Amino acid sequence: MDFISILSIFVLACFVGYYVVWSVTPALHTPLMAVTNAISSVIVVGALIAAAAPVLGASGTTAKWLGLGAVVLASVNIFGGFAVTARMLAMYKKKEKK
Amino acid sequence: MRFALLSAAAAEAGHLAVPAWVALAYLVSGVLFILALRGLSSPATSQAGNRYGMIGMTIAVATTLVTHEVASLPEIVGALAIGGGIGWFIARKIAMTDMPQLVAAFHSLVGLAAVLVGLAAYLNPEAFGITGADGLIEPQSRIEMGLGIAIGAITFSGSVIAFLKLAGKMSGSPILLPGRHVLNLGTLVAILGLVGYFTQDQSGWVIATITILSFLIGFLLIIPIGGADMPVVVSMLNSYSGWAAAAMGFTLHNTAMIITGALVGSSGAILSYIMCKAMNRGFLSVIAGGFGADAGGASGGPAKEQRPWKRGSAEDAAYMMKQAESVIIIPGYGMAVSQAQHALREMADTLKKEGVSVKYAIHPVAGRMPGHMNVLLAEANVPYDEVFELEDINSEFAQADVAFIIGANDVVNPAAKTDKSSPIYGMPVFDVDKAKTIFFVKRSMGGVGYAGVDNDVFYMDQTMMLLADAKKMVEDIVKALAH
Repeated sequence: MDFISILSIFVLACFVGYYVVWSVTPALHTPLMAVTNAISSVIVVGALIAAAAPVLGASGTTAKWLGLGAVVLASVNIFGGFAVTARMLAMYKKKEKK
Repeated sequence: MRFALLSAAAAEAGHLAVPAWVALAYLVSGVLFILALRGLSSPATSQAGNRYGMIGMTIAVATTLVTHEVASLPEIVGALAIGGGIGWFIARKIAMTDMPQLVAAFHSLVGLAAVLVGLAAYLNPEAFGITGADGLIEPQSRIEMGLGIAIGAITFSGSVIAFLKLAGKMSGSPILLPGRHVLNLGTLVAILGLVGYFTQDQSGWVIATITILSFLIGFLLIIPIGGADMPVVVSMLNSYSGWAAAAMGFTLHNTAMIITGALVGSSGAILSYIMCKAMNRGFLSVIAGGFGADAGGASGGPAKEQRPWKRGSAEDAAYMMKQAESVIIIPGYGMAVSQAQHALREMADTLKKEGVSVKYAIHPVAGRMPGHMNVLLAEANVPYDEVFELEDINSEFAQADVAFIIGANDVVNPAAKTDKSSPIYGMPVFDVDKAKTIFFVKRSMGGVGYAGVDNDVFYMDQTMMLLADAKKMVEDIVKALAH
Protein backbone atom coordinates (compact mmCIF):
# COMPACT_ATOMS: atom_id res chain seq x y z
CA MET A 1 0.00 0.00 0.00
CA ASP A 2 1.31 3.42 -0.83
CA PHE A 3 1.05 6.40 1.43
CA ILE A 4 -2.00 7.83 -0.32
CA SER A 5 -4.07 4.65 0.13
CA ILE A 6 -3.15 4.57 3.80
CA LEU A 7 -4.00 8.21 4.19
CA SER A 8 -7.36 7.58 2.49
CA ILE A 9 -8.17 4.81 4.94
CA PHE A 10 -7.21 7.10 7.80
CA VAL A 11 -9.28 10.05 6.63
CA LEU A 12 -12.34 7.92 5.91
CA ALA A 13 -11.98 6.20 9.29
CA CYS A 14 -11.97 9.61 10.96
CA PHE A 15 -15.33 10.35 9.32
CA VAL A 16 -16.70 6.96 10.33
CA GLY A 17 -15.51 7.65 13.87
CA TYR A 18 -17.17 11.05 13.84
CA TYR A 19 -20.61 9.71 12.92
CA VAL A 20 -20.40 6.56 15.04
CA VAL A 21 -19.35 8.44 18.16
CA TRP A 22 -22.11 11.07 17.82
CA SER A 23 -24.60 8.21 17.82
CA VAL A 24 -23.33 6.95 21.18
CA THR A 25 -25.85 7.74 23.92
CA PRO A 26 -24.40 10.12 26.56
CA ALA A 27 -25.31 7.64 29.29
CA LEU A 28 -22.66 5.32 27.87
CA HIS A 29 -19.83 7.85 27.59
CA THR A 30 -17.81 6.26 30.38
CA PRO A 31 -18.00 2.77 28.82
CA LEU A 32 -17.14 4.45 25.50
CA MET A 33 -13.91 5.77 26.99
CA ALA A 34 -13.10 2.39 28.52
CA VAL A 35 -13.69 0.51 25.27
CA THR A 36 -11.80 3.01 23.10
CA ASN A 37 -9.00 2.57 25.57
CA ALA A 38 -9.08 -1.16 25.08
CA ILE A 39 -9.15 -0.99 21.29
CA SER A 40 -6.41 1.63 21.05
CA SER A 41 -4.23 -1.08 22.58
CA VAL A 42 -4.23 -2.59 19.09
CA ILE A 43 -0.79 -0.99 19.26
CA VAL A 44 0.06 -4.42 20.66
CA VAL A 45 0.50 -5.42 17.01
CA GLY A 46 3.60 -3.23 16.83
CA ALA A 47 4.75 -4.47 20.21
CA LEU A 48 4.46 -8.09 19.08
CA ILE A 49 6.45 -7.43 15.90
CA ALA A 50 9.25 -5.90 17.97
CA ALA A 51 9.17 -8.67 20.55
CA ALA A 52 9.00 -11.51 18.01
CA ALA A 53 11.79 -10.36 15.69
CA PRO A 54 14.95 -12.49 15.57
CA VAL A 55 17.62 -10.69 17.59
CA LEU A 56 20.51 -9.09 15.69
CA GLY A 57 23.13 -7.41 17.86
CA ALA A 58 22.80 -5.35 21.02
CA SER A 59 20.24 -2.88 19.69
CA GLY A 60 18.13 -5.87 18.56
CA THR A 61 18.13 -7.20 22.12
CA THR A 62 17.08 -3.82 23.49
CA ALA A 63 14.36 -3.60 20.84
CA LYS A 64 13.08 -7.04 21.84
CA TRP A 65 12.82 -6.09 25.51
CA LEU A 66 11.19 -2.78 24.68
CA GLY A 67 8.70 -4.75 22.59
CA LEU A 68 8.04 -7.20 25.40
CA GLY A 69 7.53 -4.30 27.80
CA ALA A 70 5.03 -2.79 25.38
CA VAL A 71 3.25 -6.16 25.09
CA VAL A 72 2.82 -6.24 28.89
CA LEU A 73 1.48 -2.65 28.99
CA ALA A 74 -0.86 -3.13 26.04
CA SER A 75 -2.24 -6.39 27.37
CA VAL A 76 -2.99 -4.81 30.77
CA ASN A 77 -5.09 -2.41 28.76
CA ILE A 78 -6.69 -4.96 26.47
CA PHE A 79 -7.81 -7.34 29.20
CA GLY A 80 -8.47 -4.60 31.74
CA GLY A 81 -10.27 -2.36 29.26
CA PHE A 82 -12.61 -4.97 27.82
CA ALA A 83 -13.27 -6.55 31.24
CA VAL A 84 -14.12 -3.26 32.92
CA THR A 85 -16.33 -2.25 29.98
CA ALA A 86 -18.18 -5.55 30.19
CA ARG A 87 -18.59 -5.05 33.93
CA MET A 88 -20.04 -1.57 33.46
CA LEU A 89 -22.34 -2.52 30.61
CA ALA A 90 -23.77 -5.42 32.60
CA MET A 91 -25.03 -2.87 35.14
CA TYR A 92 -27.19 -0.90 32.73
CA LYS A 93 -30.67 -2.31 33.18
CA LYS A 94 -34.12 -1.31 32.12
CA LYS A 95 -36.98 -0.80 34.49
CA GLU A 96 -38.48 -4.16 35.37
CA LYS A 97 -42.02 -4.45 34.07
CA LYS A 98 -44.34 -5.24 36.91
CA MET B 1 20.27 6.90 -10.25
CA ARG B 2 17.85 4.76 -12.14
CA PHE B 3 19.28 1.71 -10.35
CA ALA B 4 18.85 3.32 -6.96
CA LEU B 5 15.24 4.05 -7.79
CA LEU B 6 14.65 0.48 -8.87
CA SER B 7 16.18 -0.98 -5.74
CA ALA B 8 14.22 1.45 -3.64
CA ALA B 9 11.12 0.25 -5.43
CA ALA B 10 12.16 -3.32 -4.74
CA ALA B 11 12.61 -2.56 -1.06
CA GLU B 12 9.23 -0.89 -1.07
CA ALA B 13 7.74 -3.98 -2.65
CA GLY B 14 9.44 -6.19 -0.06
CA HIS B 15 7.93 -4.11 2.68
CA LEU B 16 4.49 -4.43 1.25
CA ALA B 17 4.58 -8.06 0.24
CA VAL B 18 1.86 -9.05 2.65
CA PRO B 19 -0.52 -11.79 1.54
CA ALA B 20 -3.99 -10.52 0.72
CA TRP B 21 -5.63 -12.51 3.51
CA VAL B 22 -3.46 -10.76 6.09
CA ALA B 23 -4.52 -7.33 4.91
CA LEU B 24 -8.12 -8.58 4.95
CA ALA B 25 -7.78 -9.93 8.48
CA TYR B 26 -6.59 -6.55 9.77
CA LEU B 27 -9.42 -4.88 7.88
CA VAL B 28 -11.95 -7.22 9.50
CA SER B 29 -10.57 -6.43 12.91
CA GLY B 30 -10.82 -2.70 12.13
CA VAL B 31 -14.46 -3.12 11.10
CA LEU B 32 -15.19 -5.08 14.29
CA PHE B 33 -13.82 -2.15 16.29
CA ILE B 34 -16.20 0.19 14.45
CA LEU B 35 -19.07 -2.16 15.37
CA ALA B 36 -17.88 -2.14 18.99
CA LEU B 37 -18.43 1.61 19.15
CA ARG B 38 -21.63 1.40 17.14
CA GLY B 39 -23.05 -0.99 19.75
CA LEU B 40 -22.81 1.75 22.36
CA SER B 41 -25.63 3.70 20.72
CA SER B 42 -27.96 1.93 23.15
CA PRO B 43 -27.46 -0.04 26.37
CA ALA B 44 -29.39 -2.93 24.76
CA THR B 45 -26.79 -3.50 22.03
CA SER B 46 -23.73 -2.43 23.97
CA GLN B 47 -22.69 -5.81 25.33
CA ALA B 48 -22.70 -7.36 21.87
CA GLY B 49 -20.57 -4.40 20.75
CA ASN B 50 -18.01 -5.08 23.43
CA ARG B 51 -17.76 -8.69 22.26
CA TYR B 52 -17.11 -7.52 18.68
CA GLY B 53 -14.24 -5.50 20.09
CA MET B 54 -12.77 -8.53 21.82
CA ILE B 55 -13.05 -10.62 18.64
CA GLY B 56 -11.39 -7.83 16.65
CA MET B 57 -8.49 -7.69 19.07
CA THR B 58 -8.06 -11.47 19.01
CA ILE B 59 -7.95 -11.45 15.21
CA ALA B 60 -5.35 -8.66 15.18
CA VAL B 61 -3.08 -10.39 17.69
CA ALA B 62 -3.42 -13.85 16.09
CA THR B 63 -2.76 -12.48 12.59
CA THR B 64 0.38 -10.72 13.75
CA LEU B 65 1.76 -13.80 15.49
CA VAL B 66 0.96 -16.13 12.58
CA THR B 67 2.49 -13.92 9.89
CA HIS B 68 5.76 -13.10 11.64
CA GLU B 69 8.65 -15.34 12.38
CA VAL B 70 8.34 -15.57 16.16
CA ALA B 71 11.77 -16.05 17.73
CA SER B 72 10.64 -15.66 21.32
CA LEU B 73 7.26 -17.29 21.81
CA PRO B 74 7.68 -18.17 25.54
CA GLU B 75 8.59 -14.58 26.41
CA ILE B 76 5.65 -13.22 24.41
CA VAL B 77 3.17 -15.61 25.98
CA GLY B 78 4.64 -14.69 29.36
CA ALA B 79 4.27 -10.96 28.64
CA LEU B 80 0.66 -11.40 27.49
CA ALA B 81 -0.14 -13.49 30.57
CA ILE B 82 1.43 -11.04 33.03
CA GLY B 83 -0.20 -7.99 31.46
CA GLY B 84 -3.51 -9.76 30.91
CA GLY B 85 -3.55 -11.04 34.49
CA ILE B 86 -2.88 -7.61 35.95
CA GLY B 87 -5.50 -5.99 33.72
CA TRP B 88 -8.12 -8.62 34.50
CA PHE B 89 -7.47 -8.35 38.24
CA ILE B 90 -7.72 -4.54 38.24
CA ALA B 91 -10.91 -4.61 36.17
CA ARG B 92 -12.56 -6.99 38.62
CA LYS B 93 -11.52 -5.15 41.76
CA ILE B 94 -11.90 -1.48 40.84
CA ALA B 95 -14.71 0.48 42.52
CA MET B 96 -17.02 2.28 40.07
CA THR B 97 -16.32 5.61 41.81
CA ASP B 98 -12.64 5.18 40.88
CA MET B 99 -13.41 4.81 37.17
CA PRO B 100 -12.03 8.25 36.11
CA GLN B 101 -8.57 7.58 37.50
CA LEU B 102 -8.61 4.04 36.14
CA VAL B 103 -9.32 5.35 32.64
CA ALA B 104 -6.53 7.92 33.05
CA ALA B 105 -4.14 5.18 34.17
CA PHE B 106 -5.10 3.03 31.18
CA HIS B 107 -4.48 5.97 28.84
CA SER B 108 -1.00 6.35 30.26
CA LEU B 109 -0.26 2.70 29.45
CA VAL B 110 -1.29 3.11 25.79
CA GLY B 111 0.95 6.17 25.60
CA LEU B 112 3.95 4.43 27.12
CA ALA B 113 3.39 1.35 24.92
CA ALA B 114 3.43 3.63 21.85
CA VAL B 115 6.73 5.14 23.00
CA LEU B 116 8.28 1.70 23.55
CA VAL B 117 7.07 0.44 20.16
CA GLY B 118 8.44 3.56 18.46
CA LEU B 119 11.83 3.18 20.13
CA ALA B 120 11.90 -0.54 19.30
CA ALA B 121 11.16 0.29 15.66
CA TYR B 122 14.00 2.80 15.73
CA LEU B 123 16.45 0.24 17.14
CA ASN B 124 15.36 -2.65 14.94
CA PRO B 125 13.90 -1.12 11.76
CA GLU B 126 14.48 -4.29 9.72
CA ALA B 127 11.91 -6.13 11.83
CA PHE B 128 9.33 -3.50 10.90
CA GLY B 129 10.38 -3.42 7.24
CA ILE B 130 10.96 0.33 7.27
CA THR B 131 14.55 0.45 6.06
CA GLY B 132 15.28 2.01 2.70
CA ALA B 133 17.77 0.84 0.10
CA ASP B 134 20.57 2.73 1.85
CA GLY B 135 20.07 0.71 5.05
CA LEU B 136 18.72 3.75 6.87
CA ILE B 137 15.16 4.21 8.06
CA GLU B 138 12.89 5.68 5.36
CA PRO B 139 12.52 9.44 5.96
CA GLN B 140 8.73 9.18 5.84
CA SER B 141 8.79 6.43 8.48
CA ARG B 142 11.03 8.63 10.60
CA ILE B 143 8.38 11.36 10.66
CA GLU B 144 5.64 8.89 11.55
CA MET B 145 7.85 7.30 14.18
CA GLY B 146 8.87 10.64 15.67
CA LEU B 147 5.26 11.85 15.83
CA GLY B 148 4.08 8.54 17.27
CA ILE B 149 6.69 8.66 20.02
CA ALA B 150 5.95 12.32 20.74
CA ILE B 151 2.16 11.84 20.99
CA GLY B 152 2.65 8.65 23.01
CA ALA B 153 4.97 10.37 25.46
CA ILE B 154 2.61 13.35 25.87
CA THR B 155 -0.27 10.91 26.46
CA PHE B 156 1.79 9.07 29.05
CA SER B 157 3.02 11.92 31.21
CA GLY B 158 -0.24 13.89 30.83
CA SER B 159 -2.29 10.87 31.90
CA VAL B 160 -0.03 10.23 34.87
CA ILE B 161 -0.69 13.76 36.12
CA ALA B 162 -4.41 13.41 35.39
CA PHE B 163 -4.39 10.11 37.29
CA LEU B 164 -2.63 11.65 40.30
CA LYS B 165 -5.11 14.56 40.35
CA LEU B 166 -8.17 12.33 39.96
CA ALA B 167 -6.98 9.85 42.57
CA GLY B 168 -6.43 12.73 44.99
CA LYS B 169 -2.71 11.92 45.26
CA MET B 170 -1.97 15.43 43.99
CA SER B 171 -3.86 18.64 44.62
CA GLY B 172 -6.67 19.14 42.13
CA SER B 173 -6.10 22.87 42.07
CA PRO B 174 -4.22 24.29 39.11
CA ILE B 175 -0.49 24.75 39.48
CA LEU B 176 0.59 27.80 37.49
CA LEU B 177 4.20 28.23 36.49
CA PRO B 178 5.31 31.71 35.46
CA GLY B 179 5.76 32.06 31.71
CA ARG B 180 4.19 28.66 31.10
CA HIS B 181 2.62 29.58 27.76
CA VAL B 182 5.98 30.61 26.32
CA LEU B 183 7.60 27.51 27.83
CA ASN B 184 4.94 25.18 26.42
CA LEU B 185 4.93 26.72 22.97
CA GLY B 186 8.73 26.69 22.87
CA THR B 187 8.85 23.03 23.81
CA LEU B 188 6.19 22.17 21.23
CA VAL B 189 8.06 24.00 18.48
CA ALA B 190 11.30 22.30 19.51
CA ILE B 191 9.64 18.86 19.28
CA LEU B 192 8.25 19.55 15.81
CA GLY B 193 11.56 20.98 14.68
CA LEU B 194 13.40 17.90 15.90
CA VAL B 195 10.93 15.60 14.12
CA GLY B 196 11.71 17.52 10.93
CA TYR B 197 15.44 17.35 11.57
CA PHE B 198 15.10 13.61 12.26
CA THR B 199 14.45 13.06 8.53
CA GLN B 200 17.96 14.38 7.82
CA ASP B 201 19.81 12.78 10.69
CA GLN B 202 18.66 9.59 12.37
CA SER B 203 21.14 9.77 15.27
CA GLY B 204 20.05 8.49 18.64
CA TRP B 205 20.23 11.86 20.37
CA VAL B 206 17.47 13.26 18.14
CA ILE B 207 14.92 10.59 19.00
CA ALA B 208 16.02 10.65 22.67
CA THR B 209 15.51 14.42 22.88
CA ILE B 210 12.11 14.17 21.18
CA THR B 211 11.09 11.55 23.74
CA ILE B 212 12.29 13.53 26.76
CA LEU B 213 10.82 16.85 25.59
CA SER B 214 7.48 15.16 24.90
CA PHE B 215 7.36 13.60 28.37
CA LEU B 216 8.09 17.07 29.74
CA ILE B 217 5.39 18.88 27.77
CA GLY B 218 2.72 16.30 28.67
CA PHE B 219 3.51 17.07 32.29
CA LEU B 220 3.55 20.84 31.77
CA LEU B 221 0.28 20.81 29.82
CA ILE B 222 -1.78 19.08 32.51
CA ILE B 223 -0.50 20.55 35.80
CA PRO B 224 -2.17 23.96 35.29
CA ILE B 225 -5.58 22.40 34.65
CA GLY B 226 -7.93 22.25 37.63
CA GLY B 227 -10.15 19.45 38.92
CA ALA B 228 -13.40 20.68 37.37
CA ASP B 229 -11.87 20.62 33.89
CA MET B 230 -10.81 16.99 34.24
CA PRO B 231 -13.67 15.67 32.04
CA VAL B 232 -12.14 17.63 29.15
CA VAL B 233 -8.61 16.50 29.99
CA VAL B 234 -9.53 12.83 30.25
CA SER B 235 -11.35 13.01 26.91
CA MET B 236 -8.44 14.84 25.31
CA LEU B 237 -5.92 12.25 26.49
CA ASN B 238 -8.29 9.57 25.19
CA SER B 239 -8.05 11.27 21.82
CA TYR B 240 -4.23 11.48 21.99
CA SER B 241 -3.90 7.78 22.75
CA GLY B 242 -5.82 7.17 19.51
CA TRP B 243 -3.62 9.47 17.44
CA ALA B 244 -0.54 7.75 18.87
CA ALA B 245 -1.89 4.38 17.73
CA ALA B 246 -2.71 5.82 14.30
CA ALA B 247 0.82 7.22 13.87
CA MET B 248 2.25 3.78 14.64
CA GLY B 249 -0.25 2.32 12.17
CA PHE B 250 1.20 4.58 9.46
CA THR B 251 4.69 3.33 10.30
CA LEU B 252 3.58 -0.30 10.09
CA HIS B 253 1.15 0.21 7.19
CA ASN B 254 -1.38 -1.59 9.35
CA THR B 255 -5.07 -1.01 8.57
CA ALA B 256 -6.37 -2.20 11.95
CA MET B 257 -4.17 0.29 13.78
CA ILE B 258 -5.03 3.16 11.46
CA ILE B 259 -8.80 2.58 11.63
CA THR B 260 -8.68 2.16 15.40
CA GLY B 261 -6.47 5.18 15.88
CA ALA B 262 -8.83 7.32 13.82
CA LEU B 263 -11.87 6.02 15.71
CA VAL B 264 -10.38 6.59 19.15
CA GLY B 265 -8.90 9.91 18.11
CA SER B 266 -12.23 11.26 16.88
CA SER B 267 -14.09 9.76 19.81
CA GLY B 268 -11.92 11.58 22.33
CA ALA B 269 -12.07 14.79 20.32
CA ILE B 270 -15.89 14.69 20.18
CA LEU B 271 -16.13 14.00 23.92
CA SER B 272 -13.82 16.95 24.63
CA TYR B 273 -16.02 19.11 22.43
CA ILE B 274 -19.21 17.99 24.21
CA MET B 275 -17.63 18.66 27.60
CA CYS B 276 -16.40 22.13 26.59
CA LYS B 277 -19.79 23.01 25.20
CA ALA B 278 -21.50 21.84 28.38
CA MET B 279 -19.33 24.29 30.30
CA ASN B 280 -19.54 27.01 27.64
CA ARG B 281 -15.77 27.19 27.53
CA GLY B 282 -13.41 27.21 24.60
CA PHE B 283 -11.15 24.20 24.23
CA LEU B 284 -8.11 26.47 24.16
CA SER B 285 -9.08 28.22 27.37
CA VAL B 286 -9.39 24.84 29.11
CA ILE B 287 -6.00 23.77 27.78
CA ALA B 288 -4.46 27.06 28.81
CA GLY B 289 -5.53 26.09 32.31
CA GLY B 290 -5.84 28.02 35.51
CA PHE B 291 -9.64 27.92 35.79
CA GLY B 292 -10.78 28.20 39.40
CA ALA B 293 -7.32 29.22 40.58
CA ASP B 294 -8.44 32.65 41.69
CA ALA B 295 -11.52 31.53 43.60
CA GLY B 296 -12.42 34.00 46.30
CA GLY B 297 -10.14 36.59 44.79
CA ALA B 298 -11.03 39.72 42.89
CA SER B 299 -12.85 37.86 40.14
CA GLY B 300 -14.92 35.93 42.67
CA GLY B 301 -17.45 38.73 42.62
CA PRO B 302 -18.35 40.99 45.51
CA ALA B 303 -17.11 39.96 48.94
CA LYS B 304 -19.42 37.28 50.28
CA GLU B 305 -22.26 38.93 52.07
CA GLN B 306 -24.07 37.09 54.81
CA ARG B 307 -27.43 36.26 53.31
CA PRO B 308 -30.14 34.36 55.16
CA TRP B 309 -30.67 30.74 54.29
CA LYS B 310 -32.75 27.94 55.73
CA ARG B 311 -31.44 24.75 57.14
CA GLY B 312 -33.59 21.66 56.73
CA SER B 313 -33.45 18.28 58.40
CA ALA B 314 -33.73 14.73 57.06
CA GLU B 315 -37.25 14.61 58.51
CA ASP B 316 -38.28 17.76 56.63
CA ALA B 317 -36.98 16.32 53.39
CA ALA B 318 -38.68 12.98 53.99
CA TYR B 319 -41.97 14.65 54.79
CA MET B 320 -41.92 16.99 51.79
CA MET B 321 -40.90 14.35 49.31
CA LYS B 322 -43.54 11.91 50.55
CA GLN B 323 -46.19 14.55 49.83
CA ALA B 324 -44.75 15.36 46.44
CA GLU B 325 -46.01 14.13 43.12
CA SER B 326 -42.72 14.37 41.34
CA VAL B 327 -39.12 14.54 42.50
CA ILE B 328 -36.12 15.21 40.29
CA ILE B 329 -32.73 14.20 41.66
CA ILE B 330 -29.61 16.03 40.44
CA PRO B 331 -26.45 14.13 41.36
CA GLY B 332 -22.95 15.57 41.14
CA TYR B 333 -19.39 14.78 42.05
CA GLY B 334 -20.20 15.00 45.78
CA MET B 335 -22.43 11.94 45.42
CA ALA B 336 -19.50 10.00 43.97
CA VAL B 337 -17.15 11.13 46.73
CA SER B 338 -19.42 9.99 49.52
CA GLN B 339 -20.57 6.86 47.59
CA ALA B 340 -24.19 7.85 48.16
CA GLN B 341 -25.62 6.23 45.01
CA HIS B 342 -26.90 3.07 46.71
CA ALA B 343 -28.59 4.97 49.53
CA LEU B 344 -30.03 7.34 46.93
CA ARG B 345 -31.59 4.50 44.97
CA GLU B 346 -33.07 3.15 48.20
CA MET B 347 -34.60 6.56 48.86
CA ALA B 348 -36.01 6.68 45.33
CA ASP B 349 -37.47 3.17 45.70
CA THR B 350 -39.21 4.11 48.93
CA LEU B 351 -40.62 7.23 47.33
CA LYS B 352 -41.82 5.31 44.31
CA LYS B 353 -43.68 2.93 46.61
CA GLU B 354 -45.45 5.99 47.97
CA GLY B 355 -46.54 6.83 44.43
CA VAL B 356 -44.05 9.62 43.83
CA SER B 357 -42.57 9.94 40.36
CA VAL B 358 -38.77 10.00 40.64
CA LYS B 359 -36.40 11.01 37.86
CA TYR B 360 -32.68 11.62 37.71
CA ALA B 361 -31.24 14.60 35.83
CA ILE B 362 -27.65 14.40 34.68
CA HIS B 363 -25.54 17.28 33.46
CA PRO B 364 -22.91 16.39 30.83
CA VAL B 365 -20.07 17.59 33.06
CA ALA B 366 -21.35 16.17 36.35
CA GLY B 367 -18.52 14.19 37.91
CA ARG B 368 -15.00 13.83 36.69
CA MET B 369 -15.46 12.16 33.31
CA PRO B 370 -18.15 11.95 30.62
CA GLY B 371 -20.97 9.68 31.77
CA HIS B 372 -19.53 9.30 35.28
CA MET B 373 -22.89 9.75 37.06
CA ASN B 374 -24.68 7.36 34.70
CA VAL B 375 -22.28 4.56 35.58
CA LEU B 376 -22.64 5.14 39.31
CA LEU B 377 -26.45 5.13 39.09
CA ALA B 378 -26.33 2.00 36.94
CA GLU B 379 -24.12 0.40 39.57
CA ALA B 380 -26.77 1.18 42.17
CA ASN B 381 -29.34 -0.57 39.94
CA VAL B 382 -31.13 2.59 38.86
CA PRO B 383 -32.91 1.68 35.61
CA TYR B 384 -31.43 3.72 32.76
CA ASP B 385 -34.85 4.82 31.54
CA GLU B 386 -35.29 6.87 34.73
CA VAL B 387 -32.12 8.83 33.99
CA PHE B 388 -32.41 11.91 31.77
CA GLU B 389 -30.05 14.29 30.02
CA LEU B 390 -30.09 18.04 30.58
CA GLU B 391 -32.07 19.05 27.50
CA ASP B 392 -34.62 16.24 27.93
CA ILE B 393 -35.62 17.09 31.46
CA ASN B 394 -34.98 20.80 31.90
CA SER B 395 -38.52 21.78 30.95
CA GLU B 396 -39.92 19.51 33.66
CA PHE B 397 -38.58 21.47 36.61
CA ALA B 398 -41.48 23.91 36.31
CA GLN B 399 -43.89 21.08 37.12
CA ALA B 400 -41.67 19.35 39.68
CA ASP B 401 -42.55 19.52 43.36
CA VAL B 402 -39.06 18.81 44.58
CA ALA B 403 -35.59 19.24 43.12
CA PHE B 404 -33.16 17.19 45.18
CA ILE B 405 -29.59 18.35 44.56
CA ILE B 406 -26.93 16.04 45.87
CA GLY B 407 -23.26 16.86 45.46
CA ALA B 408 -23.81 19.17 42.49
CA ASN B 409 -23.41 22.93 42.56
CA ASP B 410 -22.23 24.82 39.48
CA VAL B 411 -24.63 22.89 37.22
CA VAL B 412 -27.63 24.37 39.08
CA ASN B 413 -26.27 27.89 39.49
CA PRO B 414 -28.67 30.44 37.95
CA ALA B 415 -25.79 32.91 37.66
CA ALA B 416 -24.87 31.02 34.49
CA LYS B 417 -28.10 32.36 32.98
CA THR B 418 -28.24 35.86 34.42
CA ASP B 419 -24.87 37.16 35.62
CA LYS B 420 -22.68 38.19 32.70
CA SER B 421 -19.68 38.74 34.98
CA SER B 422 -19.84 35.21 36.38
CA PRO B 423 -17.05 32.87 35.29
CA ILE B 424 -19.66 30.24 34.46
CA TYR B 425 -21.91 32.61 32.48
CA GLY B 426 -23.40 30.89 29.43
CA MET B 427 -22.99 27.37 30.74
CA PRO B 428 -26.25 25.44 30.29
CA VAL B 429 -27.68 24.72 33.76
CA PHE B 430 -30.70 23.01 35.29
CA ASP B 431 -33.65 25.32 35.96
CA VAL B 432 -33.98 24.07 39.55
CA ASP B 433 -35.17 27.49 40.67
CA LYS B 434 -38.48 26.72 38.94
CA ALA B 435 -39.19 23.75 41.20
CA LYS B 436 -41.60 24.31 44.11
CA THR B 437 -39.16 23.08 46.74
CA ILE B 438 -35.41 22.61 46.55
CA PHE B 439 -33.35 20.40 48.82
CA PHE B 440 -29.64 21.05 48.56
CA VAL B 441 -27.44 18.37 50.08
CA LYS B 442 -24.05 19.86 50.81
CA ARG B 443 -21.28 19.23 53.26
CA SER B 444 -21.16 22.80 54.61
CA MET B 445 -22.00 26.35 53.59
CA GLY B 446 -18.31 27.08 53.11
CA GLY B 447 -17.41 25.48 49.79
CA VAL B 448 -18.78 27.03 46.63
CA GLY B 449 -18.24 24.54 43.81
CA TYR B 450 -15.23 24.42 41.55
CA ALA B 451 -15.85 27.63 39.70
CA GLY B 452 -15.62 29.38 43.07
CA VAL B 453 -18.84 31.33 42.60
CA ASP B 454 -21.62 31.78 45.10
CA ASN B 455 -24.92 30.13 44.24
CA ASP B 456 -28.19 32.06 44.58
CA VAL B 457 -30.09 28.80 44.95
CA PHE B 458 -28.77 28.52 48.55
CA TYR B 459 -30.69 31.64 49.56
CA MET B 460 -33.98 31.14 47.74
CA ASP B 461 -37.24 31.03 49.66
CA GLN B 462 -38.05 27.51 48.52
CA THR B 463 -34.58 26.13 49.29
CA MET B 464 -33.67 24.08 52.31
CA MET B 465 -30.03 23.29 52.87
CA LEU B 466 -29.31 19.78 54.10
CA LEU B 467 -25.84 20.16 55.51
CA ALA B 468 -24.19 16.78 56.03
CA ASP B 469 -22.23 14.11 54.26
CA ALA B 470 -24.34 13.12 51.25
CA LYS B 471 -24.53 9.43 52.07
CA LYS B 472 -25.31 10.01 55.76
CA MET B 473 -28.04 12.51 54.89
CA VAL B 474 -29.70 10.22 52.35
CA GLU B 475 -29.60 7.32 54.80
CA ASP B 476 -31.27 9.51 57.42
CA ILE B 477 -33.96 10.48 54.91
CA VAL B 478 -34.57 6.79 54.14
CA LYS B 479 -34.96 6.14 57.89
CA ALA B 480 -37.31 9.09 58.25
CA LEU B 481 -39.37 7.88 55.29
CA ALA B 482 -39.89 4.54 56.99
CA HIS B 483 -41.82 6.20 59.85
